[in-house]
Amino acid sequence: MKLFELGERTAQVHDVLVTLAELAERDDARAVLLESADDPALLKPYLNRLDLVVLRFPGFRDGRGFTQARELREYLRFSGEIRAEGHILPDQAAFLRRCGVDSVVLPKDGNGDPALWEKQLRQFPVAYQRSVLPERSVGPGLRVEEVS
Amino acid sequence: MSIPVGHYQYDPIDRDFLQARIAEFEGQVQRRLDGTLSEDEFKPLRLMNGLYLQLHAYMLRVAIPYGILDSRQLRKLGEIARRYDRDYGHFTTRQNIQFNWIRLEDTPAILRELAEVDMHAIQTSGNCIRNVTADEYAGAAADELVDPRVHAEILRQWSTLHPEFTFLPRKFKIAISGSPNDRVAARFHDIGILARPGADGAPVFRIFVGGGLGRTPIIGEELFDSVREEHLLATLEAILRVYNARGRRDNIYKARIKILVQAIGVEAYREAVEAELAQMDLERYRLTPEAVAAIRSRFAVPQLEAPADADAVLAQQRRDDPLFDRWVRSNTHVHRDPGHIIATVSLKPAGGIPGDATSAQIARLADLADAYSFGEIRITHLQNVVLGHVRKDRLRDLWLGLSEVGLAEANIGLIGDIVACPGLDYCALANARSIPIAQKLGARFADTALQAEIGALRINISGCINACGHHHAGHIGLLGVDKRGEEFFQLTVGGRAENGAAIGTILGAALPEDETVDAIARLVDCYLGRRESGETFLDTLTRLGHEPFREAAYETV
Repeated sequence: MKLFELGERTAQVHDVLVTLAELAERDDARAVLLESADDPALLKPYLNRLDLVVLRFPGFRDGRGFTQARELREYLRFSGEIRAEGHILPDQAAFLRRCGVDSVVLPKDGNGDPALWEKQLRQFPVAYQRSVLPERSVGPGLRVEEVS
Repeated sequence: MSIPVGHYQYDPIDRDFLQARIAEFEGQVQRRLDGTLSEDEFKPLRLMNGLYLQLHAYMLRVAIPYGILDSRQLRKLGEIARRYDRDYGHFTTRQNIQFNWIRLEDTPAILRELAEVDMHAIQTSGNCIRNVTADEYAGAAADELVDPRVHAEILRQWSTLHPEFTFLPRKFKIAISGSPNDRVAARFHDIGILARPGADGAPVFRIFVGGGLGRTPIIGEELFDSVREEHLLATLEAILRVYNARGRRDNIYKARIKILVQAIGVEAYREAVEAELAQMDLERYRLTPEAVAAIRSRFAVPQLEAPADADAVLAQQRRDDPLFDRWVRSNTHVHRDPGHIIATVSLKPAGGIPGDATSAQIARLADLADAYSFGEIRITHLQNVVLGHVRKDRLRDLWLGLSEVGLAEANIGLIGDIVACPGLDYCALANARSIPIAQKLGARFADTALQAEIGALRINISGCINACGHHHAGHIGLLGVDKRGEEFFQLTVGGRAENGAAIGTILGAALPEDETVDAIARLVDCYLGRRESGETFLDTLTRLGHEPFREAAYETV
């Protein structure tokens, strides 16, 4: 498994990764795997002990993970690591990062080239809407750029 | 003309963004060619750049945000039609233009040419928030309460490469109007927005959700009556967040927001949206007056000056020239300034292809826009072109100029003003050809005096149940069906997209293609024979019910 960091946070490796259903039974679990149909609000009782939430993308066109990530950051104030795995494309790197995802499990095919992910993160100089990242306005209007 | 009137003026930051988008797309094409991207992976990415694969070739759909462009941009579209297509373009029901004969390898070059005039093909397809549409008379109509273009531009920007909403269950269409007379089909959109002035001077927004045509036509339901401007983006984020999380992804025919709204009910949907809003940091999503003002400041407004006798000159010219008078009756709308008028140029010549324009016509329209309407052009969702600010005393000169290139058809809102999808001539999904039947109907009712006599009557034609020709919303709708390899058309009546939106009712069994035009002629005769003074087709239909029309359509004498 090769990890790629979308931002500054260092990706952590966990030996125990449990499903949402298993979480209540496993007091030692610090990492949970959410399927795209899972409701992140159900993690609420466990947030204090979780270091990592892994969002599984069944296909890159299934965008539920983007909303899950934002809910974790914006509603649940989750401050641990969020990781995306499954069928994801480097073309989604900035979207993932802007929704609060810190790292990805690089796909094993041609989409797993870290240089592609790196390039995509820097593709656009501005964005036209706020995200979960610290941002400042660029000129008048809606445009923002990330505060580094 | 230094700053174009009518649409947002790009600055270097916006232009850098467009260049970055083109570079990204070039990289995607390259990865497809070298095999690192599979066709299944490339397809959604190219669609989000407006590139479709049709029956015979690639089609590129270029965005015309809220339907407004300037003469420089229109000229560029004409050049692209000439250089990269077969010398014409097709204006669509989402106020865009599409080129039907594009080569994949030309697309990066075309996108670069478009970027020279601040245009692009971003989000004209794909399961994302599509190009936002607006009232074609925005900022010009006398009946307007709020000019919707500034907020349409805000929505365009906000939805561009939205990090959360670019991989939705299905496509997502938003329309916005600021007039009490709905000219955007607000209730047939995923989200329809009607703006009106609020107490503090800032607009408030009435929001409909879950409308749409397609296989399951549904009239949108009111979600909120009065959303304040500062909460507009937060509210839209919340609506989309609920849809993105809960919309169906197992069946593309059940994936639009309308299906979710119907499944849980609009009350439950509203509660879900309110629950999102309650958790959101509203300050972060707040649309500030400063941001609105900044975007408004990038719109140039026309300096409307007309001689005092402009109205009298036009009145005299109408008396002197009955042909001109007929065109003025059908093809103009009242402007907010008494010395000006709104002119609609019909792209529906009798026997022609609805919405098509040649590069020569496109170039002439650009010249006429420069001469008569501040260089501003609007594309309508009924596939026509509007020149929004024409001085009344110069309207006849414009009409003469249009006549020279075959663009003076006097049929706006009349039976010849047909909306049709591309159909089986282009589209891989279609069951029937929409264009030939539109041409035959256009030819049958070519006489503009007859069209004026028939009055307001909209015909919409779709080549399959995906309903791109909006047949459910036509006063008379035609749906192409395939019966054992033969083209048939199913007739609906009573649909409307205007105020009092309604879905048409099926009249009876589908008719063979070669009997359809006669059946529609009998429907029209039935109306003409039975109407009472001042009644439109829809009025008579409402009064008499469907039965007399059904009998007329299926009468086989």
